[in-house]
Amino acid sequence: MESLLTYVILGALLFCIGIFGLLQHNSLIGMLIATELILNGAGLNAMAFGFFLSSDATIGQAFTLFIMGIAAAEAAIALSIMIAVFRRFHDIRVDAISQLKG
Amino acid sequence: MNTIADFIPPILVAQGIFWILVLITLSGAVMAVVPAKIVHNVLGLAQSMFGVAGIYLYLGSQFVSMMQLLIYVGAICVTYIFAIMLSPPMELGGEKPVLFKMVLALLTSVVTFIALVVMLIKTQWAPLAAPGRDWTAKTLGQVLLTRYFLVFELISLVLVVAIIGAIMVTNLGVSRERK
Repeated sequence: MESLLTYVILGALLFCIGIFGLLQHNSLIGMLIATELILNGAGLNAMAFGFFLSSDATIGQAFTLFIMGIAAAEAAIALSIMIAVFRRFHDIRVDAISQLKG
Repeated sequence: MNTIADFIPPILVAQGIFWILVLITLSGAVMAVVPAKIVHNVLGLAQSMFGVAGIYLYLGSQFVSMMQLLIYVGAICVTYIFAIMLSPPMELGGEKPVLFKMVLALLTSVVTFIALVVMLIKTQWAPLAAPGRDWTAKTLGQVLLTRYFLVFELISLVLVVAIIGAIMVTNLGVSRERK
């Protein structure tokens, strides 16, 4: 609980679970959810390094807040693309969407 | 007078809650990726984000913890739920995951994890100076609006562009559907 390694390994675990989900899932929303996990692992790392190593305590917090902002923007854009893809192809399985020309 | 702190030391309670939070985070993360049903995935994501918000409390920042709750659990998960409700349920999950794909994905993530952990353990992490302990939201706000002002404004711009772009892209789907 008091060591940097605990938090960083937890962040790495979140990251790797996210990678697993990104590769394994069959639908677009599932892949997006896995991406959120990856971003959270990164945010946890930034907070842990800021807490244990940085001389300025606000840097880690600021970075985590920026990561959250980027994640929110990414979720909005990706979900709207997903809805557009669903309206076009009537399917959100990534294997079924293989046609590029719109 | 006996208080509860005489029977259970507070540090033990703090450690117990920390590991419970770690358990919540990891079980939520597994639930967010393994089941084939998307609604279960979103619920797992919300649980995992909740656990991470608790861990941020242990890292000393109430503000970031509350933001994590508001943005991830409050906003992003609800957006996912809306997106799920906008697409018909028969298309969402319920199909068998391919075993071969799953094994390959597991292999990739385990190898990545081992590489990361070996790297993390082998590195000597040492603070450059004495760690700062100024965690108040006031200081954070001052830093955000002075040193990181440009980044702050850029994030706002990115969010605006993302919202407008989301509306446009969704309408793009409608106009193509009508053709």
